[in-house]
Amino acid sequence: MNFPILSSLILLPIVGALFLFFTKDKDGNNYTAKYVALFTTVVNFLISIYLWFSFDQSTSSFQFVEDRTWIEGFINYKVGIDGISILFIILTTFITPLCIISVNNSVKNRLRDFLIAILIMESFMIGVFCALDLVVFYLFFEAGLIPMFLIIGIWGGERRVYSAFKFFLYTLLGSVLMLVAIISIYWITGTTDVVQLYEIGIDVKYQNLLWLAFFSSFAVKTPMWPVHTWLPDAHVEAPTAGSVLLAAILLKMAGYGFIRFSLGLFPIASEVFTPLIYTLSVIAIIFTSLIALMQEDMKKLIAYSSVAHMGFVTLGIFTLQQQGIEGSIIQMISHGLVSAALFLTVGVVYDRMHSRLISTYGGLVSVIPKYSILFMLFALASLGLPGTSGFIGEFLILMGAFKDNFLVAVIASIGVILGAAYILWLYKRVVFGKLINEDLKKIVDLNRSEYFILSCLAAPILFFGFYPDPLIKTIEISVTDLINMHNTNIASK
Amino acid sequence: MENLNLVLPEIFISLSIMFLLVLGVFKKDSSKIIFNLSLFVILITAIITINETFSVSRETLFNESVVIDSLSSLMKIITLVGGFLVLVISSSYLKTFKIYNIEYPILILSSILGMMVMISSNDLIVFYMGLELQSLALYVLATYNRDQLKSSEAGLKYFVLSALSSGLLLYGCSLVYGFSGSTNFDIISNQLNSNEYVLTFGIVFILVGLAFKISAVPFHMWAPDVYEGSPTTVTLFFTMVPKIAALTVFIRFLYVPFLNLIDQWQMIIVFLSIASMIFGAVAAIGQTNIKRLIAYSSISHIGYTLAGLATASNEGIQSSIIYISIYIVMNLALFCCLLMLRRKDQYYEDISDLSGLSKNHPILSLCLLVILFSLAGIPPLAGFFAKFYVFIAVLEQSMYFLAIVGLLSTVVAAFYYLRIIKIIYFDKEKDKYDTDHSSWLKFSLTVSTILILLYFIFPSQLIEVVSRINII
Repeated sequence: MNFPILSSLILLPIVGALFLFFTKDKDGNNYTAKYVALFTTVVNFLISIYLWFSFDQSTSSFQFVEDRTWIEGFINYKVGIDGISILFIILTTFITPLCIISVNNSVKNRLRDFLIAILIMESFMIGVFCALDLVVFYLFFEAGLIPMFLIIGIWGGERRVYSAFKFFLYTLLGSVLMLVAIISIYWITGTTDVVQLYEIGIDVKYQNLLWLAFFSSFAVKTPMWPVHTWLPDAHVEAPTAGSVLLAAILLKMAGYGFIRFSLGLFPIASEVFTPLIYTLSVIAIIFTSLIALMQEDMKKLIAYSSVAHMGFVTLGIFTLQQQGIEGSIIQMISHGLVSAALFLTVGVVYDRMHSRLISTYGGLVSVIPKYSILFMLFALASLGLPGTSGFIGEFLILMGAFKDNFLVAVIASIGVILGAAYILWLYKRVVFGKLINEDLKKIVDLNRSEYFILSCLAAPILFFGFYPDPLIKTIEISVTDLINMHNTNIASK
Repeated sequence: MENLNLVLPEIFISLSIMFLLVLGVFKKDSSKIIFNLSLFVILITAIITINETFSVSRETLFNESVVIDSLSSLMKIITLVGGFLVLVISSSYLKTFKIYNIEYPILILSSILGMMVMISSNDLIVFYMGLELQSLALYVLATYNRDQLKSSEAGLKYFVLSALSSGLLLYGCSLVYGFSGSTNFDIISNQLNSNEYVLTFGIVFILVGLAFKISAVPFHMWAPDVYEGSPTTVTLFFTMVPKIAALTVFIRFLYVPFLNLIDQWQMIIVFLSIASMIFGAVAAIGQTNIKRLIAYSSISHIGYTLAGLATASNEGIQSSIIYISIYIVMNLALFCCLLMLRRKDQYYEDISDLSGLSKNHPILSLCLLVILFSLAGIPPLAGFFAKFYVFIAVLEQSMYFLAIVGLLSTVVAAFYYLRIIKIIYFDKEKDKYDTDHSSWLKFSLTVSTILILLYFIFPSQLIEVVSRINII
């Protein structure tokens, strides 16, 4: 057996967290804790990059598979990756160190505990993306609630308690039905191993109900309209690093789940429920974009824009076209980078002014130009300007959608325009205009670490905007295979 | 000649009780010795139980009125371990209230004896004898802090309601005897058949009596008052040990004498289970006293245990036993935390006393965090697996309604556990609590928390032990 590289990827942050647990907690700037956490996550990032290089792009079968008996004769601890999951793992390991660098200014008390929570969170998120057994997946999926609940509740803003409870209970309520479905799958087919399930297939008469049970969980997590209401609250109240993790990675778990489980396990039900997904996605795109237009709180605006962007993702996945699914995956990666960057840019001014209201700002361009340029780049990436990664994703999704359903694609295209409207209007009100607020004159431009974080995010956004080939190559075969499998399943119905 | 070795644990523990009682009466200031000797007695009994009965697959004694099988030996060991742990962490609490007397360990020993008799019973009369022996000891224990009004009230309430339930139980037993002509479980099982509808009354009365003992809804009314009023260590005993014995008896009644009448009782158990899960979860939301809250949470946990029993399968029984074992560990850990909330000889038991605990007592709060999330059934903690096994068994029988109701009520239950976590972690801190706890208390808390936290690494072992139990 080869070196268990995926397990070490999952375990390393926990080891780091354990190490931190035994260091002394100091008030103020706890450099030891920060460096330990940073070191762990950077090592994890390098491992995942190594993983990407040694990843065989010419096959769609799962690689680096580890399969161990976990509960005798019942469940195996099985992890492995294919072209789809590896990108999400890299996204996770890339975003987490940036989060840790960013805590400098935003987290004042109990820094050590905060870093422990982030590290544990990272473990669970990586676990979600490499789990190849439904129970293992569920375990990681649910376990992530604990650290996130604490991150929002302990280090959040004024209404943190309400938001933390709402986040926890909403997601838990969605997930319990998935647990029923997972156990039912075990009794129907005799296994919870995803690879085996792909081969066996699930009897058509059960598919619809099981699909709905999984859907209830993923819809809350995505979040889809009308169960998206926890997201703006959670985002607004979470500390910057928490919002970043939430937007960049947590939301992607559901999109990943749709591709891996809903499409893979229940192909016929997916076909049946496509209209439902289309309707909800289109409503999410239009409705939440309109809501975003009216927001006065910057974080809330970005939160609603996330709902709209995730609407594109679900739309793309259920077009069941090569372009649509590839677009969705790229859109998720891109949204992971862009929303993380936008939350961090809001965090930068929030740390200085302690206000998230748009009306506080205006005319920032004349005092902090570096910041304004980077902000502009991220805003443009968010609206999907060609040359940024946001464009590739949205373009491919719409291409897939036009192939499948013209009307839906047209309505979704209107959403693109609305998306441009709210983000540009936000940018105009914050950065341009007259400098009215006197306090803003004393505001300082990006410091070294902030500059570093934001440029780290800007680089891949631009790079993949011009040259998305590495991403597409990685996912191509896996997606093609998924669609072929889907089509043969439909045909054999 | 009967093989008396099989009941050696019971013989040994009853002789020890008499000896300790005599010693306690004649020797002055002997509470410490009696305490230590009692611990020793429990330990030896456990060793004897493991040695003599653990490998026995099934044997009966005394005209088949006592049965020794893998169920009884496992449950006896869990009972003894539970009793041992309760006794070991009680002493400092009792000393604070100046009730560190010889009677306490002796009463606990005699109730354990009663439970062991119950667990092994294969006959209505033996069963009732064991039940009364444990109940009488428990009545006294509930009032043990007799200078406090609440404790006396708790004892009285417990006595009155429990006596009523015993009466119902006895009436049910007499009906069953009337129909079958025997008190022996095996013979009853052969004699009964589902055509005799009046027999349903007998079953209902017996189930009601047993439901009282495990405080399943709608026979739970005594639990919150008794749990709140009794001394904390006695409450701990109540929430853990008698439930094991009552659950065993439940399993025996349902699956030995009444196995052929499954259509009659299955709906009753499903109802008890659903009612307990929902009521326990909803009623706990408004509580302010931790002990009352634990009472309601234990009601809802009993609901999950009953869900396993309702499946009428070996897997269901096994999952119930796993559930109760994991629940006992979580409960023990929770009570250890409760016993640590002490400031200058005063114990605090309001939820608001936990406010901001994480600032001054980070380790204690971390333990509470793990315990509460585990009680709420969030993976990867032990409490999740307990629920997981139960629902696997439930869904195997395609009882979807029970499973969905059960899982939805975990979401409601999660709310009040989260509320405690919120108070510990998000609220303003209060004064520090004393930190000079007995090392046994710290030890039990650490070990049980680690067990809860790391259970997911070795989940197979517990299943292996329990899988030897095949009743049907």
